[in-house]
Amino acid sequence: MEKVAIVGQGMVKFGKHTEKSFVDLAAKASLRALENSRMSEKNIDALYLSSLFAGELNHQVGTASALVDTLGLLPCAANRIENGNAAGGRAIREAYMAIASGVHDIVMVTGCDKMRQVSNATVTDYVATMAHPEAEYVHGVTLPSLAGMLARLYMHKYGMERKHLSMVSVKNQKNGCKNPFAHVQQEITMEGICFEPESEINNPLVADPLRLYDCCPVSDGSASIILCNAERAKEFTDTPVFLSGIGQATDTLAVHERVDPTILNSVREASKQAFAMAKLTPKDISFAELHDAFSILEIVESEDAGFFEKGTGFKALEQGITQKDGAFPINPSGGLKARGHPVGVTGVAQACEITKQLQGEAGEMQIKNAQSAYCCNFGGFGNNVTALIMKRKN
Amino acid sequence: MSQDIESILNMDWDIEHKPYQAKAIKLANGKTMVIREAKKEEAPILLESIRPLQLYHKDYYDIVSSRMYAEILGWYVNRVRNEFVLIGVVDGELAGIVNNRLMNNKICMSFHTMALMRGIRAGAHLFAAKQENAIENYGVDEIYVTAESPIGFHRWMEEWALELRPEIQHELGGVTTWSLTKENYYKQKSKLVFGSRPVPQDLLESTYNLKPIVPQLLRQKSEDED
Repeated sequence: MEKVAIVGQGMVKFGKHTEKSFVDLAAKASLRALENSRMSEKNIDALYLSSLFAGELNHQVGTASALVDTLGLLPCAANRIENGNAAGGRAIREAYMAIASGVHDIVMVTGCDKMRQVSNATVTDYVATMAHPEAEYVHGVTLPSLAGMLARLYMHKYGMERKHLSMVSVKNQKNGCKNPFAHVQQEITMEGICFEPESEINNPLVADPLRLYDCCPVSDGSASIILCNAERAKEFTDTPVFLSGIGQATDTLAVHERVDPTILNSVREASKQAFAMAKLTPKDISFAELHDAFSILEIVESEDAGFFEKGTGFKALEQGITQKDGAFPINPSGGLKARGHPVGVTGVAQACEITKQLQGEAGEMQIKNAQSAYCCNFGGFGNNVTALIMKRKN
Repeated sequence: MSQDIESILNMDWDIEHKPYQAKAIKLANGKTMVIREAKKEEAPILLESIRPLQLYHKDYYDIVSSRMYAEILGWYVNRVRNEFVLIGVVDGELAGIVNNRLMNNKICMSFHTMALMRGIRAGAHLFAAKQENAIENYGVDEIYVTAESPIGFHRWMEEWALELRPEIQHELGGVTTWSLTKENYYKQKSKLVFGSRPVPQDLLESTYNLKPIVPQLLRQKSEDED
C-alpha cells in the first residue's frame, strides 16, 4: 500500500520569461497546481522549492520564504533544495519522506529556474561548475563535452552510429509538438539534421559527436506538484497518482574515475532502489520520462534503468520501440530536448507529465492505457541521480 | 527640372549587375528554403516584415532592423549604389533577408542578415549565400564584414574565421571591420555554403507570391509569456 500520492500538478510553458520575476514565475505554476487539486492554500504544511540558479542568475536568495509569502501559504514550512540538475527529483524525495514519516500531511514541491537572463556561454559555465573543480572544470570541461565523450566511447564500444543520436532528437521534437508546455515545438527530420549536406549548417557541431539538435535548449520555466498522505488523496482529487518507488544514488564526481564511463552506476542504483520499493520490474512499466539533456543520455539511461540490455538501447530506438506509439514509449512529453531544461525544474516537470498521463489528462500526448511510469532525474554528469516510479492505482 | 535632379540623385548600378541563380536549401525541419534575388517591387513586403522589429529592443534587433530598413528602402528608391538583396522563402513566406553592397569589382561591403523565421538556421544559409554571390558571381576579392550583435559576432566572425582588419572603415558607422577574403571563402565553402541548383520551376514560381509575415520573434514573445 503506497503512502504518498500526487493530487495536483501545474506547469508554466517553458521558454523565455523575461517579464516575470523568479518568484512570480514559481508562483504561477504553484497556483495552477493548487487549482488542479481541490485544495486551498491553507492545506499546505510545507513547500519545497527546487532551484539551481535562483541566487546565481536571478540575484535572489531565501526564495522559498518569498514564495510561501507570495502564495499566502504562511506559516507553512519552506525550504529551497539545490542538488544540481537533480534538484527537482530530490525535492520530491524529501517531500515523500516528510509525508511517509508523518512529519507533514501535504507538501507542495515547486521547481523554478530562470536561465535566459544571461548568455548561453554564462549558463554553460555555471552548469559546468557541477563538474570536478580541479580534474575537469579547470581544464575547460563542460557538460556538453562530457556528454560528447560519453557518446564517442559508447559508439566505439557498442557500434552505435551518429544517426542514432539524431533519431532521439527527431522523436522527441515530434512528441514535443503535442506538448503545450514545451519550449521547442518544431518537428525536425533526419534528412534536415543528419543526412543532407545542409545538415552541416542546420545542425552544427557542439561537442563531437554531439550537434546542436543533440542538446536541450536553455529555458526558463516552473512546475509544481502537490503530494499528500495517500489515505487523504480522495479528498483532493478523483484521480490521485501514487508514488510507489523512489530512489537516489551517487557516483564519482570526476567521470574519468569510473571503471566504465558508459555505465551510469547512479542510474542503475537509484532505479534498483525504486523498483524494489515499488515491488515492480522494468517490464511492468508503461512508459518512461528520461533525462535527455543530451540525446546520448536517453539511450544510455534506457539501458541502465533496466528497460533494455546494455548496448541495445539504440537498437530499440531504431526499431521504433521507444516511439510514442511503440511498445515502450520514452519521453512522450518531448523530454528535455523539446520541453526544455530549466535545470532545477526538470524533475518536477517529469512528475507533472507522468501525473497527467496516469490521470488520462495528457491530451494529444496520451499513452493508451498507461498504468505506471518511471522517470530519472540526472544530476551533475551522473554523480547524483533520482529515480521515481508512479502508478495509477494504489 | 525635378527629373534632372532625380537623375543626379539616382544611384543604382554602376558596375555590371549579374543576376544571382536561385538555389534550394533543405532545412532542419525537412522543408525547403529557396534563396533568390529579391525584386524591387517586392521591397514594400520586405519593409513591412522588418518594420515591427525596429521596436524590439533586445539582442540588438532594433538597430539591425532599423539599419536594414534604411538599406532596403534606399535600394527601393535608388539611393544606394550597387546593392543586392537576397531573400529566403519557405512555403511562400519570407524566411529571411540579406543584403550587400559592392564598392567596386574587387571589394564588397557586407550589410545585414535578418532571419524572420527562427530556429531553422535560415540566417546562416542566407549569410553564406550573399557572400557566395559577391565572391563567386561578382568575383570580388574581399568582403568587409562587421556585426552589431554578439549573436552576429559568433555567427560570422567565429564560424567563418574572419580576419580582423581594424585599419578598414566599414560603412556601418565606422565600427570594427573583419574581412572575408576569396581564399578564406573557398577554404570554408565545403562546410558553410550549401544548396542545389537549378531550383525546380514550380518551386521557384511558388516564391513569387510573397506575403509579409509577422516576424517569428514577435509571435514567440507573446506565446512564451504564458
